[in-house]
Amino acid sequence: MTLRSDIQARAAQLRVRFEAAGAQVVDTPLLQPAGTLLDLYGEDIRARAYVTTDALRGEQMLRPDFTVPVVEAHMRHGAEPARYTYSGEVFRRQEHFPDRPNEYLQVGYEVFERNDAAAADAEVFSLFALQVRGLPLRAATGDIGILMAAVQGLNTTEKRKAALMRHIWRPRRFRSLLDRFAGRAPVPESRRKLLSTEGDLTGSAMELGKRRAAEVQARVEALREDAKAPPIAEHELLALEALMAVRETVPYALEQMHDIAVDLPQISQALDRLDARTAAMKARGVDVENLDFEASYGRTSMEYYDGFVFGFYAEARPDLPPVASGGRYDALTRQLGDGAEIPAVGGVLRPDLMLQLEEFRA
Amino acid sequence: MTLKLGVPSKGRLMEKTFDWFAKRGVTLSRTGSDREYAGAVEGVSNMELVLLSAGEIPRELAAGRIHLGVTGTDLVQEKLPRFEQQVEELAELGFGHADLVLAVPQFWIDVDTLDDLDAVASAFRAQHGHRLRIATKYHRLVREFLTDAGVADYQLVDSQGATEGTVKNETAEMVADITSTGETLRANHLKLLSDGLVLKSQATLWRSRVAKYTAADKAALNTLLDFLEKRV
Repeated sequence: MTLRSDIQARAAQLRVRFEAAGAQVVDTPLLQPAGTLLDLYGEDIRARAYVTTDALRGEQMLRPDFTVPVVEAHMRHGAEPARYTYSGEVFRRQEHFPDRPNEYLQVGYEVFERNDAAAADAEVFSLFALQVRGLPLRAATGDIGILMAAVQGLNTTEKRKAALMRHIWRPRRFRSLLDRFAGRAPVPESRRKLLSTEGDLTGSAMELGKRRAAEVQARVEALREDAKAPPIAEHELLALEALMAVRETVPYALEQMHDIAVDLPQISQALDRLDARTAAMKARGVDVENLDFEASYGRTSMEYYDGFVFGFYAEARPDLPPVASGGRYDALTRQLGDGAEIPAVGGVLRPDLMLQLEEFRA
Repeated sequence: MTLKLGVPSKGRLMEKTFDWFAKRGVTLSRTGSDREYAGAVEGVSNMELVLLSAGEIPRELAAGRIHLGVTGTDLVQEKLPRFEQQVEELAELGFGHADLVLAVPQFWIDVDTLDDLDAVASAFRAQHGHRLRIATKYHRLVREFLTDAGVADYQLVDSQGATEGTVKNETAEMVADITSTGETLRANHLKLLSDGLVLKSQATLWRSRVAKYTAADKAALNTLLDFLEKRV
Protein backbone atom coordinates (compact mmCIF):
# COMPACT_ATOMS: atom_id res chain seq x y z
CA MET A 1 0.00 0.00 0.00
CA THR A 2 1.36 3.38 -1.00
CA LEU A 3 1.27 5.92 1.82
CA ARG A 4 -0.51 9.17 1.20
CA SER A 5 2.42 11.10 2.61
CA ASP A 6 4.77 9.37 0.16
CA ILE A 7 2.52 10.32 -2.73
CA GLN A 8 2.45 13.91 -1.55
CA ALA A 9 6.22 13.98 -1.21
CA ARG A 10 6.61 12.62 -4.73
CA ALA A 11 4.11 15.14 -6.07
CA ALA A 12 6.07 17.97 -4.47
CA GLN A 13 9.29 16.64 -6.00
CA LEU A 14 7.73 16.47 -9.46
CA ARG A 15 6.35 19.96 -9.16
CA VAL A 16 9.73 21.35 -8.11
CA ARG A 17 11.22 19.92 -11.30
CA PHE A 18 8.52 21.65 -13.37
CA GLU A 19 9.30 24.87 -11.50
CA ALA A 20 12.95 24.41 -12.34
CA ALA A 21 11.91 24.22 -15.99
CA GLY A 22 10.50 27.71 -15.65
CA ALA A 23 6.91 27.14 -14.55
CA GLN A 24 5.01 29.32 -12.15
CA VAL A 25 2.94 27.55 -9.48
CA VAL A 26 -0.84 27.97 -9.75
CA ASP A 27 -3.63 26.73 -7.56
CA THR A 28 -7.29 26.43 -8.47
CA PRO A 29 -10.40 25.97 -6.31
CA LEU A 30 -11.57 22.42 -5.64
CA LEU A 31 -15.15 23.40 -6.41
CA GLN A 32 -15.74 24.39 -10.02
CA PRO A 33 -18.95 25.83 -11.48
CA ALA A 34 -20.59 22.87 -13.21
CA GLY A 35 -21.92 24.93 -16.12
CA THR A 36 -18.55 25.48 -17.80
CA LEU A 37 -17.62 21.81 -17.62
CA LEU A 38 -21.05 20.66 -18.79
CA ASP A 39 -20.98 23.03 -21.75
CA LEU A 40 -17.55 21.74 -22.66
CA TYR A 41 -17.90 17.99 -22.15
CA GLY A 42 -21.66 17.60 -22.32
CA GLU A 43 -23.74 15.41 -20.07
CA ASP A 44 -21.08 12.66 -20.15
CA ILE A 45 -19.03 14.52 -17.54
CA ARG A 46 -21.70 13.71 -14.93
CA ALA A 47 -20.68 10.07 -15.17
CA ARG A 48 -17.08 11.04 -14.39
CA ALA A 49 -17.32 13.93 -11.95
CA TYR A 50 -18.97 14.48 -8.59
CA VAL A 51 -21.69 17.07 -8.72
CA THR A 52 -22.93 18.89 -5.68
CA THR A 53 -25.32 21.80 -5.31
CA ASP A 54 -25.84 24.93 -3.35
CA ALA A 55 -29.07 26.89 -3.48
CA LEU A 56 -27.17 30.10 -4.25
CA ARG A 57 -24.46 29.03 -6.68
CA GLY A 58 -26.28 26.12 -8.29
CA GLU A 59 -24.40 23.04 -9.43
CA GLN A 60 -20.75 22.74 -8.51
CA MET A 61 -18.30 20.02 -9.48
CA LEU A 62 -15.43 18.65 -7.48
CA ARG A 63 -12.47 19.46 -9.74
CA PRO A 64 -12.26 16.57 -12.26
CA ASP A 65 -9.11 18.06 -13.82
CA PHE A 66 -6.93 21.15 -13.70
CA THR A 67 -6.77 22.08 -17.35
CA VAL A 68 -10.04 23.98 -17.55
CA PRO A 69 -9.54 26.15 -14.42
CA VAL A 70 -5.89 26.79 -15.33
CA VAL A 71 -6.88 27.93 -18.82
CA GLU A 72 -9.60 30.14 -17.35
CA ALA A 73 -7.16 31.71 -14.88
CA HIS A 74 -4.65 32.30 -17.67
CA MET A 75 -7.26 33.84 -19.97
CA ARG A 76 -8.31 36.23 -17.20
CA HIS A 77 -4.96 37.59 -16.17
CA GLY A 78 -2.07 35.62 -17.57
CA ALA A 79 1.10 37.14 -19.00
CA GLU A 80 2.44 35.80 -22.29
CA PRO A 81 4.10 33.47 -22.82
CA ALA A 82 3.37 31.55 -19.61
CA ARG A 83 4.34 28.24 -18.06
CA TYR A 84 2.36 26.86 -15.13
CA THR A 85 2.69 23.92 -12.80
CA TYR A 86 0.28 22.63 -10.18
CA SER A 87 -0.19 19.74 -7.84
CA GLY A 88 -3.40 18.72 -6.16
CA GLU A 89 -6.32 16.36 -5.88
CA VAL A 90 -8.76 15.63 -8.64
CA PHE A 91 -11.96 13.66 -8.13
CA ARG A 92 -13.46 11.09 -10.47
CA ARG A 93 -16.49 8.92 -10.04
CA GLN A 94 -15.52 5.30 -10.67
CA GLU A 95 -18.77 3.47 -11.20
CA HIS A 96 -17.31 1.14 -13.78
CA PHE A 97 -13.89 0.61 -12.22
CA PRO A 98 -14.42 0.22 -8.47
CA ASP A 99 -10.73 -0.63 -7.98
CA ARG A 100 -9.58 2.72 -9.30
CA PRO A 101 -9.27 5.57 -6.80
CA ASN A 102 -11.91 8.29 -6.96
CA GLU A 103 -9.53 10.88 -5.52
CA TYR A 104 -5.92 11.20 -6.51
CA LEU A 105 -3.09 13.68 -6.96
CA GLN A 106 -2.20 15.14 -10.33
CA VAL A 107 0.92 17.14 -11.07
CA GLY A 108 0.75 19.15 -14.25
CA TYR A 109 2.66 21.43 -16.56
CA GLU A 110 1.01 23.73 -19.10
CA VAL A 111 2.64 26.02 -21.68
CA PHE A 112 0.83 29.00 -23.23
CA GLU A 113 3.07 30.10 -26.06
CA ARG A 114 2.27 31.75 -29.40
CA ASN A 115 5.52 31.06 -31.17
CA ASP A 116 6.94 27.77 -32.28
CA ALA A 117 4.34 25.15 -31.44
CA ALA A 118 6.78 22.37 -32.38
CA ALA A 119 9.27 23.53 -29.75
CA ALA A 120 6.56 23.83 -27.09
CA ASP A 121 5.22 20.33 -27.87
CA ALA A 122 8.72 18.88 -27.70
CA GLU A 123 9.45 20.76 -24.47
CA VAL A 124 6.36 19.31 -22.77
CA PHE A 125 6.91 15.77 -24.03
CA SER A 126 10.58 15.65 -23.11
CA LEU A 127 9.92 17.09 -19.64
CA PHE A 128 7.34 14.39 -19.00
CA ALA A 129 9.65 11.71 -20.39
CA LEU A 130 12.33 12.95 -18.01
CA GLN A 131 9.97 12.88 -15.02
CA VAL A 132 9.04 9.21 -15.65
CA ARG A 133 12.53 8.11 -16.72
CA GLY A 134 13.47 4.69 -15.39
CA LEU A 135 9.90 3.45 -15.09
CA PRO A 136 8.85 0.58 -17.37
CA LEU A 137 6.54 2.67 -19.52
CA ARG A 138 5.61 2.75 -23.18
CA ALA A 139 5.08 6.17 -24.72
CA ALA A 140 2.31 6.59 -27.27
CA THR A 141 1.92 9.71 -29.38
CA GLY A 142 -0.54 10.97 -31.93
CA ASP A 143 -1.78 14.12 -33.61
CA ILE A 144 -5.49 14.90 -33.80
CA GLY A 145 -4.61 17.87 -36.04
CA ILE A 146 -3.78 15.56 -38.93
CA LEU A 147 -7.18 13.88 -38.85
CA MET A 148 -8.89 17.27 -38.49
CA ALA A 149 -7.03 18.58 -41.53
CA ALA A 150 -8.01 15.48 -43.47
CA VAL A 151 -11.68 16.01 -42.65
CA GLN A 152 -11.63 19.75 -43.34
CA GLY A 153 -10.11 19.15 -46.75
CA LEU A 154 -12.61 16.49 -47.87
CA ASN A 155 -14.24 17.16 -51.19
CA THR A 156 -17.78 17.41 -49.82
CA THR A 157 -20.24 19.94 -48.37
CA GLU A 158 -19.36 22.23 -45.47
CA LYS A 159 -22.28 20.82 -43.48
CA ARG A 160 -20.98 17.27 -43.78
CA LYS A 161 -17.51 18.36 -42.79
CA ALA A 162 -18.88 20.22 -39.76
CA ALA A 163 -20.84 17.12 -38.72
CA LEU A 164 -17.71 14.96 -38.99
CA MET A 165 -15.58 17.51 -37.12
CA ARG A 166 -18.09 17.59 -34.29
CA HIS A 167 -17.65 13.86 -33.79
CA ILE A 168 -13.90 13.48 -34.21
CA TRP A 169 -13.81 12.45 -30.54
CA ARG A 170 -16.65 9.93 -30.84
CA PRO A 171 -15.22 7.32 -33.22
CA ARG A 172 -18.43 5.30 -33.55
CA ARG A 173 -20.64 8.19 -34.52
CA PHE A 174 -17.86 9.50 -36.77
CA ARG A 175 -17.81 6.12 -38.49
CA SER A 176 -21.58 6.03 -39.01
CA LEU A 177 -21.60 9.59 -40.38
CA LEU A 178 -18.78 8.73 -42.73
CA ASP A 179 -20.63 5.63 -43.97
CA ARG A 180 -23.73 7.70 -44.59
CA PHE A 181 -21.90 10.50 -46.40
CA ALA A 182 -20.09 7.95 -48.54
CA GLY A 183 -23.36 6.27 -49.49
CA ARG A 184 -22.30 3.03 -47.82
CA ALA A 185 -25.04 2.89 -45.21
CA PRO A 186 -28.61 2.26 -46.36
CA VAL A 187 -30.90 5.28 -46.07
CA PRO A 188 -33.45 4.62 -43.29
CA GLU A 189 -37.03 4.12 -44.48
CA SER A 190 -38.23 7.22 -42.61
CA ARG A 191 -35.62 9.38 -44.32
CA ARG A 192 -36.51 7.99 -47.75
CA LYS A 193 -40.15 8.84 -47.17
CA LEU A 194 -39.32 12.32 -46.00
CA LEU A 195 -37.13 12.95 -49.04
CA SER A 196 -39.82 11.73 -51.40
CA THR A 197 -41.95 14.74 -50.44
CA GLU A 198 -41.73 18.25 -51.84
CA GLY A 199 -42.52 21.76 -50.67
CA ASP A 200 -43.49 22.84 -47.16
CA LEU A 201 -44.60 20.06 -44.87
CA THR A 202 -47.43 21.22 -42.71
CA GLY A 203 -48.74 17.95 -41.32
CA SER A 204 -51.53 17.53 -38.80
CA ALA A 205 -49.47 17.18 -35.63
CA MET A 206 -49.57 20.02 -33.14
CA GLU A 207 -46.57 22.31 -32.93
CA LEU A 208 -45.27 22.31 -29.37
CA GLY A 209 -42.08 22.99 -27.50
CA LYS A 210 -39.23 25.41 -27.99
CA ARG A 211 -38.04 23.88 -31.26
CA ARG A 212 -40.31 25.58 -33.80
CA ALA A 213 -41.85 24.43 -37.06
CA ALA A 214 -39.47 26.72 -38.95
CA GLU A 215 -36.52 24.78 -37.54
CA VAL A 216 -38.09 21.50 -38.60
CA GLN A 217 -38.69 22.88 -42.08
CA ALA A 218 -35.10 24.21 -42.24
CA ARG A 219 -33.72 20.79 -41.44
CA VAL A 220 -35.97 19.16 -44.03
CA GLU A 221 -34.54 21.62 -46.59
CA ALA A 222 -31.02 20.80 -45.41
CA LEU A 223 -31.69 17.07 -45.78
CA ARG A 224 -33.02 17.62 -49.29
CA GLU A 225 -29.88 19.60 -50.13
CA ASP A 226 -27.71 16.90 -48.64
CA ALA A 227 -29.46 14.19 -50.64
CA LYS A 228 -28.47 16.05 -53.81
CA ALA A 229 -24.79 16.20 -52.86
CA PRO A 230 -22.69 13.37 -54.30
CA PRO A 231 -21.24 10.82 -51.87
CA ILE A 232 -17.68 11.25 -50.62
CA ALA A 233 -15.46 9.67 -53.26
CA GLU A 234 -14.17 6.16 -52.70
CA HIS A 235 -10.49 7.13 -53.01
CA GLU A 236 -10.88 9.87 -50.39
CA LEU A 237 -12.68 7.51 -48.05
CA LEU A 238 -10.05 4.79 -48.44
CA ALA A 239 -7.27 7.31 -47.84
CA LEU A 240 -9.02 8.60 -44.73
CA GLU A 241 -9.44 5.07 -43.43
CA ALA A 242 -5.81 4.28 -44.15
CA LEU A 243 -4.85 7.45 -42.27
CA MET A 244 -6.93 6.52 -39.21
CA ALA A 245 -5.29 3.09 -39.16
CA VAL A 246 -1.68 4.34 -39.13
CA ARG A 247 0.10 2.83 -36.14
CA GLU A 248 3.88 2.73 -36.42
CA THR A 249 7.06 4.20 -35.06
CA VAL A 250 7.31 7.90 -35.88
CA PRO A 251 9.63 7.58 -38.94
CA TYR A 252 7.52 4.82 -40.55
CA ALA A 253 4.28 6.58 -39.65
CA LEU A 254 5.56 9.74 -41.35
CA GLU A 255 6.49 7.75 -44.42
CA GLN A 256 3.05 6.12 -44.58
CA MET A 257 1.24 9.39 -44.07
CA HIS A 258 3.28 11.16 -46.75
CA ASP A 259 2.11 8.41 -49.11
CA ILE A 260 -1.49 8.92 -47.99
CA ALA A 261 -1.08 12.67 -48.59
CA VAL A 262 -0.98 11.93 -52.33
CA ASP A 263 -4.72 11.25 -52.08
CA LEU A 264 -5.31 13.64 -49.17
CA PRO A 265 -3.14 16.66 -50.00
CA GLN A 266 -4.94 18.66 -47.29
CA ILE A 267 -2.89 16.92 -44.58
CA SER A 268 0.45 18.12 -45.97
CA GLN A 269 0.72 21.15 -43.68
CA ALA A 270 -0.22 19.08 -40.65
CA LEU A 271 2.49 16.59 -41.66
CA ASP A 272 4.98 19.46 -41.93
CA ARG A 273 4.09 20.33 -38.33
CA LEU A 274 4.67 16.71 -37.31
CA ASP A 275 8.04 16.83 -39.14
CA ALA A 276 8.99 20.00 -37.25
CA ARG A 277 7.87 18.51 -33.93
CA THR A 278 9.82 15.33 -34.57
CA ALA A 279 12.95 17.37 -35.30
CA ALA A 280 12.40 19.43 -32.13
CA MET A 281 11.95 16.26 -30.07
CA LYS A 282 15.09 14.75 -31.54
CA ALA A 283 17.01 17.92 -30.68
CA ARG A 284 15.89 17.44 -27.08
CA GLY A 285 17.22 13.91 -27.05
CA VAL A 286 13.95 12.00 -27.51
CA ASP A 287 14.47 8.64 -29.20
CA VAL A 288 11.99 9.32 -32.01
CA GLU A 289 13.19 6.33 -34.06
CA ASN A 290 11.51 4.02 -31.54
CA LEU A 291 8.66 6.27 -30.49
CA ASP A 292 5.14 4.99 -31.27
CA PHE A 293 2.72 7.08 -33.30
CA GLU A 294 -0.98 6.26 -33.70
CA ALA A 295 -3.03 8.52 -35.96
CA SER A 296 -6.22 7.73 -34.01
CA TYR A 297 -4.61 8.13 -30.58
CA GLY A 298 -6.50 10.41 -28.23
CA ARG A 299 -9.80 10.20 -30.06
CA THR A 300 -11.70 8.49 -27.29
CA SER A 301 -10.62 9.87 -23.97
CA MET A 302 -9.13 13.30 -24.54
CA GLU A 303 -11.92 15.42 -25.80
CA TYR A 304 -10.37 18.84 -25.94
CA TYR A 305 -7.05 17.92 -27.54
CA ASP A 306 -6.77 19.08 -31.13
CA GLY A 307 -3.11 18.60 -32.03
CA PHE A 308 -0.20 16.68 -30.55
CA VAL A 309 -1.28 14.07 -27.96
CA PHE A 310 0.77 11.71 -25.80
CA GLY A 311 0.49 9.19 -23.00
CA PHE A 312 2.83 6.98 -20.96
CA TYR A 313 1.51 3.50 -20.15
CA ALA A 314 2.70 0.71 -17.85
CA GLU A 315 2.96 -2.18 -20.29
CA ALA A 316 3.03 -4.82 -17.57
CA ARG A 317 -0.05 -3.32 -15.93
CA PRO A 318 -2.76 -2.89 -18.58
CA ASP A 319 -5.25 -2.46 -15.73
CA LEU A 320 -3.76 0.93 -14.86
CA PRO A 321 -4.75 4.21 -16.51
CA PRO A 322 -1.90 6.17 -18.14
CA VAL A 323 0.79 7.33 -15.71
CA ALA A 324 1.16 10.54 -17.69
CA SER A 325 -0.85 12.07 -20.51
CA GLY A 326 -1.28 15.35 -22.28
CA GLY A 327 -1.52 17.24 -25.50
CA ARG A 328 -2.25 20.45 -27.36
CA TYR A 329 -5.59 22.20 -26.85
CA ASP A 330 -5.60 25.41 -28.89
CA ALA A 331 -9.38 25.35 -29.44
CA LEU A 332 -10.10 25.07 -25.72
CA THR A 333 -8.51 28.45 -25.05
CA ARG A 334 -10.75 29.93 -27.77
CA GLN A 335 -13.82 28.37 -26.20
CA LEU A 336 -13.00 29.51 -22.66
CA GLY A 337 -11.30 32.75 -23.64
CA ASP A 338 -14.39 34.69 -24.67
CA GLY A 339 -12.96 35.65 -28.05
CA ALA A 340 -9.34 35.59 -26.96
CA GLU A 341 -7.19 32.59 -27.74
CA ILE A 342 -3.67 31.34 -27.31
CA PRO A 343 -2.05 28.08 -28.42
CA ALA A 344 -1.51 25.83 -25.43
CA VAL A 345 0.00 22.45 -24.66
CA GLY A 346 0.44 20.54 -21.41
CA GLY A 347 -0.07 17.36 -19.47
CA VAL A 348 -0.44 15.66 -16.11
CA LEU A 349 1.41 13.04 -14.08
CA ARG A 350 0.06 10.54 -11.54
CA PRO A 351 2.55 10.32 -8.64
CA ASP A 352 0.50 7.54 -6.98
CA LEU A 353 0.85 5.30 -10.03
CA MET A 354 4.57 6.07 -10.32
CA LEU A 355 5.12 4.89 -6.74
CA GLN A 356 2.92 1.84 -7.28
CA LEU A 357 5.01 0.81 -10.28
CA GLU A 358 8.24 1.29 -8.35
CA GLU A 359 6.92 -0.93 -5.53
CA PHE A 360 5.61 -3.46 -8.02
CA ARG A 361 9.05 -3.76 -9.55
CA ALA A 362 10.95 -3.82 -6.26
CA MET B 1 -32.48 -13.46 11.53
CA THR B 2 -35.14 -14.23 8.95
CA LEU B 3 -35.04 -14.23 5.19
CA LYS B 4 -36.46 -10.86 4.18
CA LEU B 5 -38.48 -10.37 1.01
CA GLY B 6 -39.15 -6.77 -0.07
CA VAL B 7 -42.32 -6.19 -2.06
CA PRO B 8 -43.79 -2.91 -3.37
CA SER B 9 -46.17 -1.63 -0.74
CA LYS B 10 -48.87 -0.26 -2.96
CA GLY B 11 -51.30 -0.88 -5.73
CA ARG B 12 -51.34 -3.31 -8.60
CA LEU B 13 -47.68 -4.20 -8.38
CA MET B 14 -48.20 -5.51 -4.82
CA GLU B 15 -51.35 -7.43 -5.69
CA LYS B 16 -49.84 -9.02 -8.76
CA THR B 17 -46.76 -9.97 -6.79
CA PHE B 18 -48.97 -11.60 -4.14
CA ASP B 19 -50.83 -13.47 -6.93
CA TRP B 20 -47.59 -14.62 -8.52
CA PHE B 21 -46.32 -16.09 -5.24
CA ALA B 22 -49.74 -17.54 -4.39
CA LYS B 23 -49.78 -19.49 -7.66
CA ARG B 24 -46.55 -21.08 -6.52
CA GLY B 25 -47.83 -22.01 -3.09
CA VAL B 26 -46.42 -19.12 -1.07
CA THR B 27 -49.03 -16.89 0.50
CA LEU B 28 -48.05 -13.29 1.08
CA SER B 29 -50.44 -10.96 2.86
CA ARG B 30 -50.63 -7.64 4.56
CA THR B 31 -51.27 -7.73 8.24
CA GLY B 32 -52.85 -5.21 10.56
CA SER B 33 -54.74 -2.26 9.18
CA ASP B 34 -54.66 -1.12 5.57
CA ARG B 35 -52.33 1.68 6.49
CA GLU B 36 -49.81 -0.44 8.32
CA TYR B 37 -46.84 -1.58 6.23
CA ALA B 38 -46.45 -5.05 7.69
CA GLY B 39 -46.85 -8.41 6.04
CA ALA B 40 -46.85 -12.12 6.60
CA VAL B 41 -45.58 -15.16 4.73
CA GLU B 42 -47.18 -18.58 4.85
CA GLY B 43 -45.64 -21.64 3.28
CA VAL B 44 -42.00 -20.88 4.00
CA SER B 45 -40.94 -20.78 7.60
CA ASN B 46 -38.36 -18.26 8.79
CA MET B 47 -39.27 -15.82 6.02
CA GLU B 48 -40.52 -12.28 6.50
CA LEU B 49 -42.37 -9.89 4.21
CA VAL B 50 -41.20 -6.27 4.13
CA LEU B 51 -43.39 -3.73 2.34
CA LEU B 52 -41.42 -0.92 0.73
CA SER B 53 -41.74 1.67 -2.00
CA ALA B 54 -40.69 0.03 -5.31
CA GLY B 55 -38.07 2.73 -5.78
CA GLU B 56 -36.35 1.87 -2.50
CA ILE B 57 -36.09 -1.86 -3.11
CA PRO B 58 -32.91 -1.67 -5.24
CA ARG B 59 -31.13 0.32 -2.54
CA GLU B 60 -32.25 -2.04 0.22
CA LEU B 61 -31.01 -5.04 -1.81
CA ALA B 62 -27.68 -3.36 -2.45
CA ALA B 63 -27.31 -2.53 1.23
CA GLY B 64 -28.13 -6.13 2.16
CA ARG B 65 -30.99 -5.08 4.42
CA ILE B 66 -33.32 -7.36 2.50
CA HIS B 67 -32.35 -10.70 0.92
CA LEU B 68 -34.96 -10.75 -1.83
CA GLY B 69 -36.92 -8.04 -3.54
CA VAL B 70 -39.47 -7.50 -6.27
CA THR B 71 -38.99 -4.43 -8.44
CA GLY B 72 -38.57 -3.39 -12.07
CA THR B 73 -35.45 -3.94 -14.13
CA ASP B 74 -35.54 -0.22 -14.89
CA LEU B 75 -35.20 0.79 -11.24
CA VAL B 76 -32.46 -1.74 -10.51
CA GLN B 77 -30.39 -0.67 -13.49
CA GLU B 78 -30.96 3.04 -12.89
CA LYS B 79 -30.10 2.97 -9.19
CA LEU B 80 -27.39 0.32 -8.97
CA PRO B 81 -24.14 0.79 -10.88
CA ARG B 82 -22.78 -2.60 -11.98
CA PHE B 83 -26.06 -4.07 -10.79
CA GLU B 84 -25.05 -7.66 -11.69
CA GLN B 85 -22.42 -7.53 -8.96
CA GLN B 86 -24.92 -6.53 -6.34
CA VAL B 87 -28.05 -8.48 -7.22
CA GLU B 88 -28.94 -11.70 -9.00
CA GLU B 89 -32.06 -12.06 -11.10
CA LEU B 90 -34.11 -15.04 -9.85
CA ALA B 91 -37.26 -14.75 -11.95
CA GLU B 92 -39.09 -12.43 -14.29
CA LEU B 93 -42.62 -12.17 -13.00
CA GLY B 94 -44.33 -11.51 -16.32
CA PHE B 95 -46.12 -8.29 -15.39
CA GLY B 96 -45.29 -4.64 -14.90
CA HIS B 97 -44.00 -4.52 -18.47
CA ALA B 98 -42.69 -1.11 -19.38
CA ASP B 99 -40.24 0.29 -21.91
CA LEU B 100 -37.94 3.19 -21.25
CA VAL B 101 -38.08 5.12 -24.51
CA LEU B 102 -36.96 8.38 -26.08
CA ALA B 103 -39.84 10.45 -27.43
CA VAL B 104 -39.98 13.70 -29.41
CA PRO B 105 -42.87 15.91 -30.57
CA GLN B 106 -44.85 14.28 -33.39
CA PHE B 107 -44.45 17.35 -35.56
CA TRP B 108 -40.67 16.79 -35.69
CA ILE B 109 -41.14 15.01 -39.00
CA ASP B 110 -37.40 15.27 -39.60
CA VAL B 111 -36.56 13.14 -36.55
CA ASP B 112 -36.94 9.37 -36.48
CA THR B 113 -33.53 7.99 -35.46
CA LEU B 114 -30.76 8.75 -32.96
CA ASP B 115 -28.77 9.98 -35.92
CA ASP B 116 -31.46 12.61 -36.57
CA LEU B 117 -31.62 13.46 -32.87
CA ASP B 118 -27.89 14.12 -32.73
CA ALA B 119 -28.01 16.41 -35.77
CA VAL B 120 -31.01 18.28 -34.36
CA ALA B 121 -29.34 18.66 -30.95
CA SER B 122 -26.39 20.36 -32.62
CA ALA B 123 -28.60 22.74 -34.63
CA PHE B 124 -30.79 23.43 -31.61
CA ARG B 125 -27.81 24.41 -29.48
CA ALA B 126 -26.52 26.75 -32.17
CA GLN B 127 -29.96 28.34 -32.54
CA HIS B 128 -31.04 28.61 -28.91
CA GLY B 129 -27.76 28.88 -27.03
CA HIS B 130 -28.36 25.92 -24.77
CA ARG B 131 -28.25 22.17 -25.12
CA LEU B 132 -31.38 20.26 -26.14
CA ARG B 133 -33.19 19.30 -22.93
CA ILE B 134 -34.45 15.80 -22.28
CA ALA B 135 -36.79 15.45 -19.30
CA THR B 136 -36.41 12.19 -17.39
CA LYS B 137 -36.03 10.53 -14.03
CA TYR B 138 -33.76 7.82 -15.47
CA HIS B 139 -30.57 9.85 -15.63
CA ARG B 140 -28.00 7.09 -15.60
CA LEU B 141 -29.75 4.81 -18.10
CA VAL B 142 -30.48 7.59 -20.58
CA ARG B 143 -27.01 9.09 -20.32
CA GLU B 144 -25.29 5.75 -20.83
CA PHE B 145 -27.55 4.96 -23.77
CA LEU B 146 -26.87 8.29 -25.47
CA THR B 147 -23.14 8.18 -24.73
CA ASP B 148 -23.00 4.77 -26.30
CA ALA B 149 -24.88 6.02 -29.35
CA GLY B 150 -22.54 9.02 -29.63
CA VAL B 151 -25.28 11.64 -29.25
CA ALA B 152 -23.95 15.01 -28.08
CA ASP B 153 -25.26 18.47 -27.22
CA TYR B 154 -28.14 17.30 -25.07
CA GLN B 155 -28.90 17.99 -21.44
CA LEU B 156 -30.87 15.91 -18.96
CA VAL B 157 -33.39 17.78 -16.85
CA ASP B 158 -34.91 16.07 -13.87
CA SER B 159 -38.59 15.27 -14.00
CA GLN B 160 -40.08 13.05 -11.32
CA GLY B 161 -43.62 13.11 -12.70
CA ALA B 162 -45.89 14.35 -15.51
CA THR B 163 -42.80 14.13 -17.69
CA GLU B 164 -44.78 14.14 -20.95
CA GLY B 165 -46.06 17.62 -20.13
CA THR B 166 -42.60 19.20 -19.98
CA VAL B 167 -42.40 19.71 -23.75
CA LYS B 168 -45.62 21.69 -23.90
CA ASN B 169 -44.44 23.73 -20.90
CA GLU B 170 -41.14 24.33 -22.68
CA THR B 171 -39.04 23.10 -19.79
CA ALA B 172 -37.71 20.35 -22.07
CA GLU B 173 -37.61 19.68 -25.82
CA MET B 174 -38.20 15.94 -25.50
CA VAL B 175 -38.59 13.18 -22.91
CA ALA B 176 -37.17 9.81 -21.88
CA ASP B 177 -39.85 7.98 -19.97
CA ILE B 178 -41.46 4.67 -19.15
CA THR B 179 -44.37 3.61 -21.30
CA SER B 180 -46.33 0.40 -21.65
CA THR B 181 -48.73 1.24 -24.47
CA GLY B 182 -47.48 4.62 -25.65
CA GLU B 183 -50.91 6.12 -25.05
CA THR B 184 -49.81 8.90 -22.71
CA LEU B 185 -47.08 9.84 -25.13
CA ARG B 186 -49.52 10.03 -28.05
CA ALA B 187 -52.01 12.03 -25.99
CA ASN B 188 -49.24 14.54 -25.39
CA HIS B 189 -48.37 14.77 -29.10
CA LEU B 190 -45.14 12.81 -28.73
CA LYS B 191 -43.77 9.91 -30.79
CA LEU B 192 -41.08 7.30 -30.22
CA LEU B 193 -37.72 7.31 -31.96
CA SER B 194 -37.46 4.12 -34.00
CA ASP B 195 -34.12 3.18 -32.40
CA GLY B 196 -34.73 4.93 -29.09
CA LEU B 197 -35.62 1.97 -26.90
CA VAL B 198 -33.35 2.37 -23.88
CA LEU B 199 -34.55 -0.59 -21.85
CA LYS B 200 -37.33 -3.18 -21.67
CA SER B 201 -38.41 -3.62 -18.09
CA GLN B 202 -40.71 -5.87 -16.09
CA ALA B 203 -41.30 -6.79 -12.46
CA THR B 204 -38.48 -9.12 -11.43
CA LEU B 205 -37.54 -11.06 -8.31
CA TRP B 206 -33.97 -10.24 -7.30
CA ARG B 207 -31.62 -11.77 -4.77
CA SER B 208 -29.12 -9.60 -2.95
CA ARG B 209 -25.51 -10.77 -3.37
CA VAL B 210 -24.51 -8.47 -0.54
CA ALA B 211 -26.86 -9.58 2.24
CA LYS B 212 -25.65 -11.99 4.93
CA TYR B 213 -27.30 -15.41 4.87
CA THR B 214 -27.39 -17.48 8.08
CA ALA B 215 -27.90 -21.23 7.82
CA ALA B 216 -31.59 -20.67 8.58
CA ASP B 217 -31.81 -18.01 5.84
CA LYS B 218 -30.21 -20.38 3.34
CA ALA B 219 -32.67 -23.11 4.28
CA ALA B 220 -35.59 -20.70 3.87
CA LEU B 221 -34.21 -19.55 0.50
CA ASN B 222 -33.91 -23.14 -0.72
CA THR B 223 -37.47 -23.92 0.38
CA LEU B 224 -38.68 -20.83 -1.45
CA LEU B 225 -36.71 -21.70 -4.60
CA ASP B 226 -38.26 -25.17 -4.57
CA PHE B 227 -41.72 -23.57 -4.54
CA LEU B 228 -40.80 -21.18 -7.34
CA GLU B 229 -39.51 -23.95 -9.57
CA LYS B 230 -42.93 -25.55 -9.60
CA ARG B 231 -44.46 -24.58 -12.90
CA VAL B 232 -48.03 -23.36 -12.87
